[in-house]
Amino acid sequence: MTQPLFTTSEWNFDLIRDCDRAIGELAREFRLDTYPNQIEVISSEQMMDAYAAVGMPIGYHHWSYGKQFLSTEHSYKRGQMGLAYEIVINSNPCIAYLMEENTMAMQALVIAHACYGHNSFFKGNYLFKTWTDADSIIDYLVFAKNYISKCEERYGIDQVEEIIDSCHALMNYGVDRYKRPYPISAQEEEQRQAEREEYLQRQVNDLWRTIPKSEHAEGDAKTAQRFPSEPQENILYFLEKNSPLLESWQREIIRIVRKIAQYFYPQRQTQVMNEGWACFWHYTLLNELYARGLVTDGFMLEFLQSHTSVIAQLPYDHPYFSGINPYTLGFAMMMDIRRICENPTAEDRDWFPDIAGKDWNETLQFAMRNFKDESFILQFLSPKVMRDLKLFSIIDDDNEDNIEVAAIHNEGGFRKLREMLAGQYNLGNREPNIQVYSVNIRGDRSLTLHHTMHDRKPLADSVHEVLRHLHRLWGFDVHLYSVDNGEIKAEYHCPPKPE
Amino acid sequence: MSYIIDRRLNTKNKSAVNRQRFLRRYRAQIHKAVSDAVGERSIKDMDRGGKISIPTKDIGEPVIYHGSGGRSTRVLPGNKHFSEGDLIPRPEGGGGEGGSKASNTGEGEDDFSFTISQEEFLNFMFEGLELPNLVKRQLTGVEEFKQVRAGIANEGTPGKINIVRSLRSANMRRIALTGKKRKRLAELEATLEALSPGERTGPGYDALLDEIAKLRKAIAATPWLDTFDLKYNLHIKQPIPRSKAVMFCIMDVSGSMDQATKDIAKRFFILLYLFLQRNYEKTEVVFIRHHTIAKEVDEDEFFHSRETGGTVVSSSLRLMHEIITDRYSPSEWNIYGAQASDGDNWDDDSGNCKELMLNNVLPNCQHYSYIEITPRSHQSLWHTYEEVQATCPDRFAMQHIVTAADIYPVFRELFHKRVA
Repeated sequence: MTQPLFTTSEWNFDLIRDCDRAIGELAREFRLDTYPNQIEVISSEQMMDAYAAVGMPIGYHHWSYGKQFLSTEHSYKRGQMGLAYEIVINSNPCIAYLMEENTMAMQALVIAHACYGHNSFFKGNYLFKTWTDADSIIDYLVFAKNYISKCEERYGIDQVEEIIDSCHALMNYGVDRYKRPYPISAQEEEQRQAEREEYLQRQVNDLWRTIPKSEHAEGDAKTAQRFPSEPQENILYFLEKNSPLLESWQREIIRIVRKIAQYFYPQRQTQVMNEGWACFWHYTLLNELYARGLVTDGFMLEFLQSHTSVIAQLPYDHPYFSGINPYTLGFAMMMDIRRICENPTAEDRDWFPDIAGKDWNETLQFAMRNFKDESFILQFLSPKVMRDLKLFSIIDDDNEDNIEVAAIHNEGGFRKLREMLAGQYNLGNREPNIQVYSVNIRGDRSLTLHHTMHDRKPLADSVHEVLRHLHRLWGFDVHLYSVDNGEIKAEYHCPPKPE
Repeated sequence: MSYIIDRRLNTKNKSAVNRQRFLRRYRAQIHKAVSDAVGERSIKDMDRGGKISIPTKDIGEPVIYHGSGGRSTRVLPGNKHFSEGDLIPRPEGGGGEGGSKASNTGEGEDDFSFTISQEEFLNFMFEGLELPNLVKRQLTGVEEFKQVRAGIANEGTPGKINIVRSLRSANMRRIALTGKKRKRLAELEATLEALSPGERTGPGYDALLDEIAKLRKAIAATPWLDTFDLKYNLHIKQPIPRSKAVMFCIMDVSGSMDQATKDIAKRFFILLYLFLQRNYEKTEVVFIRHHTIAKEVDEDEFFHSRETGGTVVSSSLRLMHEIITDRYSPSEWNIYGAQASDGDNWDDDSGNCKELMLNNVLPNCQHYSYIEITPRSHQSLWHTYEEVQATCPDRFAMQHIVTAADIYPVFRELFHKRVA
């Protein structure tokens, strides 16, 4: 008879070590490939700090993080919200924070969830592999923090804050969606920074050369190529390289914000998968521990209690409903894939002939490695999950008087429903598609952007505010046109056009 | 494989800088929230930190997102009775985007709430205020000193020995005491050296050797370190010049002051008291309350006990003058006065007040402020004081308060930092 790992609810470092070792061995049996773990025990105050830093272990100073901190602190101290049990950082080694207030059972849950679930996802998923560099992120953040502090010393806090404010407003437009960034280390970054400064300035100067080259060059102006020759989706990158008036340190700050946006870009696209994967593995690993007699009944009750509250899904008409819970959807889908592999029904064989009856672990790992939320749902959402969650979809068209129920969880609706849900997780649909269209190089240097409308959706009012930030970074007039099928539906200008 | 690290002892105020940045950036809004709070809070809570709310729209971080409109689709869980093709009337104003988000927690969603400490609260409350004309600085010689270095002394405690200087002086002493002997020794040694082997016998030679040995012994016997070589670092205390200030708080507690008026007056003095306590640690405060007779009371009695009677304002000014003569010599002290009243006074007393004010009080004061708390029209005291103000505009200030909300602005008006 094996002895349980622990029987108390009080944790200590020896117990955590034993527990981590046991779970780690199991994870290896299940062929989970992880970065080494760095488990850090922190207090609730430190957890609030970690919250405020939006998941970066080292962040540059900015008031918006202070705002985040104040609001977390305020609600936590008044008992309006609890803190998360853990935060995990995509780095190598993978840093996971455990709160000291947790019971031993919770620590075990967190270790299984974060240190083996999320960790293996970070290491395996193609988006993270392509877009983030776990080895160098900490170094880079240190570089960024130091660089920005130095700028603050040299140019004053207000100046730096202005630039960062503007960059944050455009952060979602600071990512490359298709190009893979070159991995960087902090040392390299510092070395290259000086060279880049000089080089960039030269390029910018070249672009904005005002002296005409020759007589006939003037005549060519109209036929001259549009600049940029193709629309640019990475607005921050475009500004960093081409904005006429910025100083080199300002360009560097844009670059830093852009790099950080890029680092978080995969997380925004894999929320359902990432959480589903982590929940699936903490559930599987801890149940396996129980099956082997390494944990007690009491542990399982405590674990299941918090597990079920994490994956609870409120119905759409509940007063606290706030959208589909990514934990629920992800966990349900991962469990369902395993079920399809192990005990396929006729329906499953019909819908998933490729995976029905296959090795479940291999199938899941394949799904984890090669998909993001949108494609994962499109590929693996089964009729059973849709039925269990009682999904239905609505179409709200402002040309119609009523909202229409487009599909429900029945035979005719499954495919439509799945497609619509996948669309809901497509960042391209969720965020307005805005690209740099052209720059008036020879004239007033104004910058023109196009918003390609999706389903006739207009931009929210905050766009005026954001344009002001864009104007600050560009330095000359900025125009934004909402275009639908080649037709301009709305236009925004900064500074505003006189009526 | 896994590293487990205990980080609990690391500093926890990682966000302190960011928090400061936020407070700094929204100084104006927080300032306004604090001012509002001062008007609303009960007297007891006046100096607490606590919840501050500022409008969310002021502190937004704008990003571009889709507004409502166009054609939007949404997948929702928990279907109970809908079938495909059902039409649902659009909810009012919600636009199908999850309905309205009314808050039932008591805080509007338009407000961003957070907590600041008492320290920060008071900082915001008294930012940019100071006592006017704080000029007389006295060498009190008793209250506070700073230690300054004052060279080297021959006496002191072992802890203050200056090793370098001590060894240097020992060296000097040794050189001085043995100088003659060394010179003689050198001569003798030279003589000895010059002697040919044939001459190295006889009593002369022995005497020479003898003297050399004696000299060597004497030189060696000179102490390496003697007690009077020891040198000590000397520190002396220097008095720090500081301004001594005293504030006289004079409040009318007569029958004409109703509870609400007294409350306003007390609020004003609490503010004043907090301000002085906070910014001028060494400032003394004298509390005087009066009806027909004036009485010096302690802080507790001033703010909390009740009394009624008629009103003779001059009694308090007289008492103030007495106290000044007794305890606070105007040559040493910066003297301030603050008086609150509803403006009621015996008719023939206002003349006394003016006289006392101009002859006895104001010449000794750096500044004197008067607030009148009344919704009614001004009476003789106000007009009398107006004359006083016309005579001494730089030392005398008067303000009129109607409701509790006026207190803080008036207070700021009275004590705002004057740019020289």
